[in-house]
Amino acid sequence: MYAYDSLDQTFVDERSAQFRDQVRRRLANELSEDEFKPLRLRNGLYLQLHAYMLRVAIPYGVLAADQLRALARVARHFDRGYGHFTTRQNVQFNWIRLADAPDIIDELAAVEMHAVQTSGNCIRNITTDQFAGVAADEIEDPRPWAEIIRQWSTNHPEFSFLPRKFKVAVTGSASDRSAMRVHDIGVRLVRGLDDEVGFEIWVGGGLGRTPMIAQLLRGFLPKEHLLSYLEAILRVYNVEGRRDNLFKARIKILVSTLGIERFRELVEAEWSHIKDSGLQLAAATIARMQAHFRAPAYADLPGRSQEFEARRFEDSAFARWAKANLFPHKRPGYAAVTISLKPIGGIPGDLTAAQMDAVADLADAYSFGEIRVTHRQNLVLAHVPQTRLFDLWRALDGLDLATPNLSRVTDIIACPGLDYCGLATARSIPIAQRLSERLAALDEQYDLDQLSINISGCINSCSHHHVGHIGILGLEKSGAESYQVTLGGSSAEDAAVGRIVGPGFGADDVIDAIETIILTYVNQRGDGERFLDTVRRVGQEPFRAALYNPS
Amino acid sequence: MRLIRLIEGRPVTETDMWTRVADDAPLPDGAPVIVSLPRWQAERETLARRNAAVGIWLASDEKLHALINDLDRLDLVALDFPLLTDGRHFTTARLLRERYGFDGEIRATGQVLRDQLFAMARCGFDSFELAAHQDADGAHRAFREISVVFQPAADARVPAAALRVQRHAALAAAE
Repeated sequence: MYAYDSLDQTFVDERSAQFRDQVRRRLANELSEDEFKPLRLRNGLYLQLHAYMLRVAIPYGVLAADQLRALARVARHFDRGYGHFTTRQNVQFNWIRLADAPDIIDELAAVEMHAVQTSGNCIRNITTDQFAGVAADEIEDPRPWAEIIRQWSTNHPEFSFLPRKFKVAVTGSASDRSAMRVHDIGVRLVRGLDDEVGFEIWVGGGLGRTPMIAQLLRGFLPKEHLLSYLEAILRVYNVEGRRDNLFKARIKILVSTLGIERFRELVEAEWSHIKDSGLQLAAATIARMQAHFRAPAYADLPGRSQEFEARRFEDSAFARWAKANLFPHKRPGYAAVTISLKPIGGIPGDLTAAQMDAVADLADAYSFGEIRVTHRQNLVLAHVPQTRLFDLWRALDGLDLATPNLSRVTDIIACPGLDYCGLATARSIPIAQRLSERLAALDEQYDLDQLSINISGCINSCSHHHVGHIGILGLEKSGAESYQVTLGGSSAEDAAVGRIVGPGFGADDVIDAIETIILTYVNQRGDGERFLDTVRRVGQEPFRAALYNPS
Repeated sequence: MRLIRLIEGRPVTETDMWTRVADDAPLPDGAPVIVSLPRWQAERETLARRNAAVGIWLASDEKLHALINDLDRLDLVALDFPLLTDGRHFTTARLLRERYGFDGEIRATGQVLRDQLFAMARCGFDSFELAAHQDADGAHRAFREISVVFQPAADARVPAAALRVQRHAALAAAE
């Protein structure tokens, strides 16, 4: 993984000192809250309902074991003993005191971490595929590119006060696990003519109030031009993006207003001036960055472990977990393990300090000391020998971290909602917990795989409800919570925005409504047919009938 | 008005030599003036013939292309920040320096707060009308808080990637 050199370390140390001084000035009233707000936001600090929330950057979701231990210390000393992993592959602490924030930032800087640009109207944490460098269908590892973009975007002087936040995802595979097409910019590694590897550039995706799927801006961009092309896009956006209306300020609105052709003309015209500037990437720079992400020292193992097969045969609970939570590794004899942070009835994405320490130890023991965070709020140990899967599973089970539900109906994404968030209009965590309890039994009975439920507590859609196969949006209607349900969304390579099924449900009724939807799917589905495919085949009508006109 | 200017990259607090002249006010004799874009467009020839320097003030929604043909007649371009959060003129300043080679003064006006100065300097601004309540000593320090940059801009700072290329070349030469 990427290791800081003295330049990176100097930057985070200086930035940390700068932030400490900003907090001091705020506490001494030398800075008004209005002046302080954009400064604290670009250092990851939000003011929530009950306390400050600190969002710590986990660049493209990759953590070293010692970094996870540092997060455990923060959780223990400065929060209430846990952290919350998010859909941007970051981690949030929800009970922070302003006066403690500089000490937390120092603690993070000591392990090459920071909270820079995890909020604010700037370029946010770069996200990617949690199986980067592992997946067999990968054209090239996206992590070096994500790190190159991260560095370019860090403290970018021109793009520090954009019209609105700006999110970039990078994927190296045809199967899109990075939700690239719901980002402001999606970067996809592709093979062009003569087998040259370069990028497809997608633009204008995003959720929130006006969900849109990104459009293709450029079919092939040679590698050396990645940064100049991104700079051209950002520059057009910075000048032309709307600033008069917060809800129309994202780049997706600019792209859809101008049309993709006109937007492309503007970007290409701007790019023609800067493509051969100092932003051009030297071959040596690319090669050195790729060297940071070299594969770990794998052992030579047979492709199938007899011990693993035998354990699977003997222990049905292990077999069930192995079926749900393993991802094939391109290296023979290894597997990528997903640690579900969705225990039945638990809070999606939460991890206690003790669990963080334990997962860090397991990463050291089983997976070259590396942990990844997925945009579905789970963790991954990416390189586990098959021979050791059973031991790992037993250890995880002892930590309540072996729920066998990856990509299943109880693998629910939820935002913090009204329990924490100042923007929320409804609760989402308690709905997720109740749904998880209800749906666990249905999953046992009906084998509900490849079915995602995403719950947001407001229109800002932090849980990406529009692209959940089932999306739930919590609103407030005449003083009561009302949950609007959408069907048929997807954030994968077949990205689509879900459609609203009908009038919303109260907090008690929405649990029954989701059960009704799932039972309708069970009745309608063909052999092995995914929920998404059933919805696409039969449309909304059978679901509407079951929900609103039961016979 | 306290004015900070960067002279050879170092901040100095100065008294302002320039006068902002309202659109309906007469031009003071022989003094450097800053006028609005509409006034410049209406009185371009008169203003250019004066025996004193002329600068133009651009509101945050006024675009550079309106004056790129006039840049060689201007000694100063003032770019306004009506709100701390309106970042359009960061781009304007970079284009002035990097694309159009403007070597006069680029001045930030409006909500100019200490914590934006570093980014402004990197984008090519070299003078700053500091908002009233800002502490000038703190403002001077703001230019020195961060020593590492990660992208080329309009300043002379060398980005980390280029420093690394130099370091590796030096190491290779030593071997």
